[in-house]
Amino acid sequence: MSVPAIEIHGVRKYFRRREREAGAPWWRREWKDKVALHDLDLVVEAGGVTGVLGPNGSGKSTLIRILGTLLTPDTGTARVFGWDVVRDALLVRSHVNRVSVEAAFFKELSPWENMVYASRLYGHSGGTRRRVVEILESLGLPRDVIDEPMKQLSRGQQQKVAIARSFLTAPSLLLMDEPTTGLDPRSKKEVQAVLETLRGEREITVLLCTHDMDEASALCDRVLMMDGGRVLADGSPDELARRHGAPALEDVFMQLTGKTFEAEEEEEVIVT
Amino acid sequence: MTVEMRRSEVGALLGFAERQLYVYKRYWVWEVVWLFYSIVSVLSIGFLASGLDQLGAGSAGFDLRKAQLYLLIGALLWGYLSLVFMEAAYAIAWERWEGTIEYTFMAPVRRVTHLMGICLFAIVYGLARTFIVLLVAIAIFDIDFSHADILGALVVLAASILPLIGLAILTSVLPLLSPQKGEQMSFAVQGFMLLVSGVYYPLTVLPVPLQLAGAISPLTYALDGMRRSLLDGATVRDQVGTVAVLVVMGAVLIPAGIAVFAWAERRAKHLGLLKRSG
Repeated sequence: MSVPAIEIHGVRKYFRRREREAGAPWWRREWKDKVALHDLDLVVEAGGVTGVLGPNGSGKSTLIRILGTLLTPDTGTARVFGWDVVRDALLVRSHVNRVSVEAAFFKELSPWENMVYASRLYGHSGGTRRRVVEILESLGLPRDVIDEPMKQLSRGQQQKVAIARSFLTAPSLLLMDEPTTGLDPRSKKEVQAVLETLRGEREITVLLCTHDMDEASALCDRVLMMDGGRVLADGSPDELARRHGAPALEDVFMQLTGKTFEAEEEEEVIVT
Repeated sequence: MTVEMRRSEVGALLGFAERQLYVYKRYWVWEVVWLFYSIVSVLSIGFLASGLDQLGAGSAGFDLRKAQLYLLIGALLWGYLSLVFMEAAYAIAWERWEGTIEYTFMAPVRRVTHLMGICLFAIVYGLARTFIVLLVAIAIFDIDFSHADILGALVVLAASILPLIGLAILTSVLPLLSPQKGEQMSFAVQGFMLLVSGVYYPLTVLPVPLQLAGAISPLTYALDGMRRSLLDGATVRDQVGTVAVLVVMGAVLIPAGIAVFAWAERRAKHLGLLKRSG
């Protein structure tokens, strides 16, 4: 039996922040805990696209950040291809890449320079220009942008470079944290087409966080619906709709939570 | 660690240095400005010595050449060491500014490789920049190195890099502990080192508490050793004690810096601080 791509048992995560009650003097602030994930259990088999649907504050990004070794769970265990995200962080990192809502690049550097950097970090040699050009062209990026500073590229182009960069490092698990948020319709369609291709190939396991219900319906083999740090529903988009007798995923979410799918407050807390 | 893993870490180390090179290339105008600023600072210090002489601050025994060289060595070395220090100390803050901190910390690279890669570039770049400033200073002030033991000075310089890297790694922890205030604290540490390390004056002119602080600053020994070689011709053999102190400081500070950094990284992962907005 193959090792699951993701295996999470009883993972809980909370963040602390100091808050002032309304009307209290400025110096009187108390520590308060906000739970971002409630005792999460989850198993994702290798291959395909699993969507994590939920509004801001639902725990999607916390989940992604735990799997990316950027956060440690307070309780429970999280494993990626059998490796523990805390104890075997280095091994986990060599199999995982992430595309986030904002493309994390050195904006003054070109796509080529950023990708050489990524390539070296992931243990590949720097001389991969032909491969970089191939990947970028396969994503529909014009050849002449490869040496332009990233800041001169459109958001859609930047996001494609981020996806290309993740392909360059050949991850087994690709964490996509709202990769199409804020993109223009055309760029969004192009990025979604890339995901569609990945879904067909099934060589990479994709965990796609989104609050775009249509995107999740179209691209995901399986959908987890989250709210308030809990998984409320789990199944294929069709299954979920059938199970809840709802025409669309948005209606399923409304049935489960009694609220519309709108943006809420940021989920993580700044502690300085 | 397997041979392949070692090769991968070396590749990543060079990758960090190469990335810094790309960044500096893109910000080349700023680098020209910093170089100009470094030259102006060193020249100002050199002219300060000349000014003191003309103002009559020097007594009959005042050796203008020696005073000038004393101050210039301080200015040049401070320029170099502070550059290396700040590059490493700002390794994390810089990643946060650029928005790449999450990407870098998700890469399968040991943190020591990450930090050493940054230091490697800073050391090479700092040497190149200081060499240019030195050439200008020599041309303007007609510096006399006839009594100097250059090899002795170079050995002290090389040894001083070790504790400096350790100190810089320790300082780079600050933005990890406090994303909002850590950068400012890095500046404060740098300023304090300038005050207590005898960059422009002997430590004996300082109040006793500051002298004690100076006694534990590696820069104090680096500057003192360099001056003894460049002003008084101290040889490598004469510098054994200074080199030993610097190496021991490095042997303590580098592992301590890495251990503290690892602790701070664990804390940041627990509190959710490893993100661009902090």
